[in-house]
Amino acid sequence: MRLWPRRHRHDPLVCREFVELVTDYLDGALPESERRRFEAHLAQCDGCDGYLEDTRRLVTTLQATPPPPADPATREALLSAFRELRGES
Amino acid sequence: MRLRAGDEAAFEALVSQHDAALHRVARTFVPTQALADDVVQETWLAVIRGLDRFEGRSSLRTWIFTILANRARTRAVREARNLPFSSLGEPEGPTVDPAAFGSDGTWRSAPPRLDCDPESNLLTMELRAHILDAVDELPDHMRAVITLRDIAGLSPEEVCDILEISDGNQRVILHRARAKVRTALRPIVEVSA
Repeated sequence: MRLWPRRHRHDPLVCREFVELVTDYLDGALPESERRRFEAHLAQCDGCDGYLEDTRRLVTTLQATPPPPADPATREALLSAFRELRGES
Repeated sequence: MRLRAGDEAAFEALVSQHDAALHRVARTFVPTQALADDVVQETWLAVIRGLDRFEGRSSLRTWIFTILANRARTRAVREARNLPFSSLGEPEGPTVDPAAFGSDGTWRSAPPRLDCDPESNLLTMELRAHILDAVDELPDHMRAVITLRDIAGLSPEEVCDILEISDGNQRVILHRARAKVRTALRPIVEVSA
């Protein structure tokens, strides 16, 4: 069953399609013509502009989230292994 | 290279930087946290022993994550566990609830935004407190890809090499992973609003 009309490559992008292309766009993986359709839609749609901005923020937030500290006992064991195998060489 | 010369502070910094992500990725291959801990420990020991052989053709972090993935694969096989990328049978549905769009494919109303801290342009502390939990709830293959790409900050090429998947595959998985994390954060936004 087809829920919505078939669309063609040259039709302007709609929001439902835009959200599925966000990761390709951010990775620079969209072919040139698709990238132009994407940016044309972006320029005139506040909802999609916000969606893309939130995706960017999600990614930068993940990158900026400090890792939980390593378990102190494990850390100490690794450091002494390092000392033993590499130190005072 | 400071590490090779036995600089302990440099090694400690390396452990702080990557240990948590290594655990998260290892856990996507093996069935228990204890096994993942073993794999990570083996990895660090292999790193210490192998520093002399590290040729710098890949980045240090790619080399470390590759050692991890190889050891985790070996362990998973021994545990007779399916590898996270052995069956990607998940149906390829849309990542946004279709009810959010009208029949013409446009937003019915502007999608809800994630709260952000205007100064840092990052998500708010409240959301940040939940973001790693949301990652931990993902299916194995998604958790592996989003951890390497977005938490550890590796390039698409590095992730493909480490996980032995195609570029298109890693991007589809990353896309779904990000969408799921976003959806997981949404109820928190609405409660706080």
